[in-house]
Amino acid sequence: MALTSQDIARVAHLARLELAPQETQHTLDQINGFFRLVEQMAAVDTEGIEPLAHPAAVTGQVALRLRDDVASEPNQREASQVSAPAVERGLFLVPKVIE
Amino acid sequence: MAQDKSLLVQGYEVVIGFETHTQLTTQSKIFSRAPIAFGAEPNTQASAVDFALPGALPVMNRAAVERAIEFGLAVNAHVAESSVFARKNYFYPDLPKGYQISQFEIPVVQGGVVEFFMGDEKKSVRLVRAHLEEDAGKSLHEDFIGQSGIDLNRAGTPLLEIVTEPDMRSSAEAVAYARELHKIVTWIGICDGNMQEGSFRCDANVSVRKPGGPLGTRREIKNLNSFKFMQQAIDFEVRWQIEQIEDGLPIQQATVLFNPDTGETRAMRTKEDSADYRYFPDPDLPALVIERDWVARVQAAMPELPRVMAERFVRDYGLPEYDASQLTQSKAMSAYFEATAQACGQAKLAANWVMGEVSRRLNASEGSFEAVPASAAKLGQLIARISDGTISNAAAKQVLDSLWTEGADAEGAADPARVDALIEAKGLKQMNDSGELEKIVDEVLAANPKNVEEYKAGNAKALNGLVGPIMKASKGKANPQQVNELLKKKLS
Amino acid sequence: MSANAPLHELSVAQLAAKLAAREVSSVEVAQHFLARIRSASDLGAFLAVDEEASLAQARAADARLAAGERTPLLGVPLAHKDVFVTRDFPTTAGSKMLEGYRSPFDATVVRRLGVDLGGAGMVNLGKLNCDEFAMGSGNDNSAYGPVKNPWDRSRVPGGSSGGSAAAVAAGLVPAATGTDTGGSIRQPAALTGITGIKPTYGRCSRYGMVAYASSLDQAGPMARSAEDCALLLSAMAAGDPDRDSTSLDLPAQDYTAALTAEGAKPLQGLRIGLPRQFFSEGCSPDVVAAVRVALSEYEKLGASLVDVDLPLTELSIPTYYVIAPAEASSNLSRYDGVRYGHRAKNFGDLEDMYKKTRTEGFGAEVKRRIMIGTYVLSHGYYDAYYLKAQKIRRLIAQDFQKAFTQCDVIAGPVAPTVAWKIGEKTDDPVAAYLADIFTLSTSLAGLPGMSVPAGFGEGGLPVGLQLIGNYLQEGRLLRAAHQFQQVTDWHQRRPAP
Repeated sequence: MALTSQDIARVAHLARLELAPQETQHTLDQINGFFRLVEQMAAVDTEGIEPLAHPAAVTGQVALRLRDDVASEPNQREASQVSAPAVERGLFLVPKVIE
Repeated sequence: MAQDKSLLVQGYEVVIGFETHTQLTTQSKIFSRAPIAFGAEPNTQASAVDFALPGALPVMNRAAVERAIEFGLAVNAHVAESSVFARKNYFYPDLPKGYQISQFEIPVVQGGVVEFFMGDEKKSVRLVRAHLEEDAGKSLHEDFIGQSGIDLNRAGTPLLEIVTEPDMRSSAEAVAYARELHKIVTWIGICDGNMQEGSFRCDANVSVRKPGGPLGTRREIKNLNSFKFMQQAIDFEVRWQIEQIEDGLPIQQATVLFNPDTGETRAMRTKEDSADYRYFPDPDLPALVIERDWVARVQAAMPELPRVMAERFVRDYGLPEYDASQLTQSKAMSAYFEATAQACGQAKLAANWVMGEVSRRLNASEGSFEAVPASAAKLGQLIARISDGTISNAAAKQVLDSLWTEGADAEGAADPARVDALIEAKGLKQMNDSGELEKIVDEVLAANPKNVEEYKAGNAKALNGLVGPIMKASKGKANPQQVNELLKKKLS
Repeated sequence: MSANAPLHELSVAQLAAKLAAREVSSVEVAQHFLARIRSASDLGAFLAVDEEASLAQARAADARLAAGERTPLLGVPLAHKDVFVTRDFPTTAGSKMLEGYRSPFDATVVRRLGVDLGGAGMVNLGKLNCDEFAMGSGNDNSAYGPVKNPWDRSRVPGGSSGGSAAAVAAGLVPAATGTDTGGSIRQPAALTGITGIKPTYGRCSRYGMVAYASSLDQAGPMARSAEDCALLLSAMAAGDPDRDSTSLDLPAQDYTAALTAEGAKPLQGLRIGLPRQFFSEGCSPDVVAAVRVALSEYEKLGASLVDVDLPLTELSIPTYYVIAPAEASSNLSRYDGVRYGHRAKNFGDLEDMYKKTRTEGFGAEVKRRIMIGTYVLSHGYYDAYYLKAQKIRRLIAQDFQKAFTQCDVIAGPVAPTVAWKIGEKTDDPVAAYLADIFTLSTSLAGLPGMSVPAGFGEGGLPVGLQLIGNYLQEGRLLRAAHQFQQVTDWHQRRPAP
C-alpha cells in the first residue's frame, strides 16, 4: 500500500515540517521505497505475541522505579534560558497564541 | 438510566459527562524534583525536565501514585496492578516536549462510582477511569503586543484526570456530582480543591436528545472553575443546542469556553489535527506496577469517607439522612458535630445547632469549622442547659453570642463551666421557683379579668393573652410550660 | 607498544601508568593531543575544541594526582560524541537545530568519566562529529560536514559515531565515547579498525544523551583495545535511578578484572555461535574471509564454533526502521524554536514559526525519519506498523535466547562491506538501511555487542568482527576480545599519517 502526496502533506503538517512542491515527489518516492521494505513485516506470524516496548523487560527489570516526593531542584531559570531565542521578564516569547 | 420526565428541557433529555483535572497535593512535580508552589516568578519552578532540555528524562513521583491509589479506594474502583504511561503528541508552546505524558490504553484507576444526594434522592455517577498525567505550562497573552509569554512553572504538575460515564441528566445533577467529587478529593486530602488556582478543573461534555433516541453530538465545555459558572454554562449550552436542533441546524463536535461576563459559551479555535495525537507507550517509562500490599497499606491508612460517616450518623445518632449528609460536608464540621453531640448527649439538638446557629455565624464571619470560637465542649454544655430547662432557646442564643465574641482563647474559655458562669452573670436562668411565679400569675389574672372570662367561656386562645404579660413580668425567666400548667390549674 | 613511544601511540592503560608515575603531567598529555587535533582538522572529526577549557580540566586532574590520588583513568584525555550534553562545551548533536546550544548540566556518563569530584578524572578534549541526532551510518548526515575515514579520506568512517571512530583511529584521542542505537558504535569501530562496545540496554545512564530512539539508545566506549574499553566502561556503567528510569539499577563493575584468563588455551570451553544468516550472500567475500580467519584464531584459543539460527535477521531492518523513527518523531518534537536552539528568522504566526524553524533546522535524513515515524504512529496505521514491529521485536529477542542455549557468545561480521565512498549512499536511504543488517537485531533485543578489529578487506580497509553476548555479559565479551588481541595485532595497526 503506497503513500499518496496527500498522505505526505498530512504527515508533514503533523510533524510541523514544510515540503517544497518540488521536494514532495522525491520524498514520496523515497518513503514508498522504504515502505516496500516494511511490508515484509506483514508476513511474520505474531499471533498472541506481546509487543516489547522496553528491552529491559527481558532482563526481568520491568517495574517503573518511583522516587521520593522531594522538591530539591533549585531555581535554574538563568542557566536554562542562556540559549533561548526570545525571553522577556523570564518568559519565553512566541507569536501570539490564539485560543 | 430510568427516564425522569420532570428533567426534560423542552422535550429534550440532557446528557452530561464530566472530565475533572484534579491537581494532586505533592511537594514536587510528577516527573521532576522541581517544586509546585502556586504563583512563583515565571520559570523559576522548572527543572531541565520541565524545560524539556536535550537529554533530560522523567522519573516518577511515588506520592502522585499513592494519591491515585487513595482515590481509587475512595470510589470503589479497581487499582490496576500494571498501568502504562503514554505520549500524547501535539505542538503547543506551553507543552515543552511536544508531547504530554499521560495514560491512554491502561489507566491506573479503572471504574468506580460517586454517590450523592439531591434532596432526599440518592444519585450515583459511574466513573470510566482516573489516570495520572502531567499539567502543561501557561501562555500569558497580556503585556506582549502580538506575542505570548510562556511560563513553565505549572508544567509537570501532577494531575489525576477523573472521567465519568455520561450519567448526569441535568445541570443541577452535574453540579451536585462536581460538589461531591470535590468533597471526596479534599476529604481524603489528595487535592486542595482550590478552584480559583485551578486545582480542581471541570470539563463538561454536554449533549441533548429526544428521550430514548440515540446520543446527540456532544460539545465539551472547558475549564469550569466555579460551581456557579458550571450550572450557568451547562444551562446556556443546553438551550443553545436545543435551539440549533429546533432550527434544523447540525451540532458540530467542538470544545467551547464559557464567558462568565456574557454568560455564554463560544467554540474555541479548532486544531484541525487534534484528532491525531499519535499515542504510544512512553519508552522513557517502564510500566507502573502497584503491588497489592501497597494498596492494602494505603487502604489501612484511609480516613472514614463522608458517605460512610453519614451512614454511621444515621445509624448511631438516629439523625435524618439530610442532617447526616449536611454534617459531613467537611471533616472539620463532622468532627465538631460529633464532639458537641458527645458533650451533651443530645445528637439531634447538636445537629440543629451545628447546622443552624453555628453555621450561620461562621458564614457571617467567613469563619470555618477548623476554628469555631465556641468550642464543641461549651456548645455541648449550652445544649445540655437548654434540655434540662435551665435556659430557654432564646437565652441560649445570647450565651452563644457571648461565647462567640469572647472567642476561643479568652480567659477560661476552654472550660464548659464558662457557659454556666455566663448564664449566671446574664441572669438568664429560667424561673423554676413556683412560689414567685404564682405571685406573678395571680397579679396578672387579677389585672386581666376579661381574658379570664373568655377562657372560662371556652376560648382557649384567651390563655395566650395571659402568658405574654406573665413572661414579661418575669423578664423572660419564666418557663413557658410551667406558666401554662399554672394558668390551667388556677383557671380550672 | 613500548612505553617510550610517542604519547598518541600509547594505550589508555599505558598513559594512565605514565601519569600515575608522574613521568608526564595531564596538561602535557592534553597539549600533545590538542596539537594533533589541530593538525588533523581536515578529518572533520571534531565539532568543538576549547583548549583553555580542556587544559583547565587537565590542571584539575594534575591537582588530584599531586594530592596522591591514583585511579585507573586519572588525567587521561578523551573526547565525547556530540550527543552527550556538556557544560564546558557546546552540544549540537550534529544538527543546525542546536547550533551553539549550551547545556546547564553534564550528561551522567560525562560526569562519571570527568574531572569533577567523584568522576574518573578524564580530561575532555572536545566534542566529536556525528550523524545528525545520531541518525546515519556514514557520518555524512552531519550539518557540519562529513567525517573522513583516516584509512582512506575519500571514504566514510561509518556512523553515527564517526567522529569518535576517526579520532581514535587517527590517534587524536586515546579513547572516546559513542552511542549505539542500531550499530552506531560497532559499525564505525569496524570501518576504522578500532574496538568498541555497546553494553546491555540500560547499563549506562541515558541522562544527558540527546535522545534519538529512547528504547534503543545506549552509550559505550570506543578505543584501540578491549582492555582500554574495559577501563572506560568500568567508569561509565552504573545505574542512575535518580535520573534515568530505564537505567538498570546495578552497581559499577570492574571489567578489567574479567579480561585475564590462564593457559595456552585461555578460551577453552567458550562456545561461539555463528548465525547462518550472518554469513549469507548478503555479506561481501572479503569481509567473510577476514571474519573466518579471525574465527580460526578463536579455535586456536580453545573456543569451539557452533552454527545457530537467527531467522528474523533480515526482518530486523524494517522492524528497527519503524520503531526508531517512531520514537524519534516524538523525541524531536521539543525542537520547536521556543526555549532553545534554532528559530527561523522570518515567519508569520506560531504555526509558521514551528514549520519554518523545524524545516530549516533539521537535515534531510532527520526529516525523513520524523515523517516515517509520524506516519507509522498516526491514526489507522499504528497497529499495522508500530505495534507489529514491537511484536516482531519480542520474537527477535526470543530467537537470541534460543541461540544462547547453544552458545556463550555469538560472532559474525559487523557490517557487510568495508567503508564506502563518501556520498555513495546519501541519496539512497534504503541502501544505507540495508547495510545495518548485522547490528540492528542486537539493539532491538537490548543485548551487548562489540566490534573487534579482524584484519583488512578490499582496498586494505579494516574489517570488524562482531561479538554479541547475553544480557549483562559485557565482561565475557571483553575477555573474548582481549584474549584475541593478545595473539593478533590488528588493533595495533595504524593508518598512514
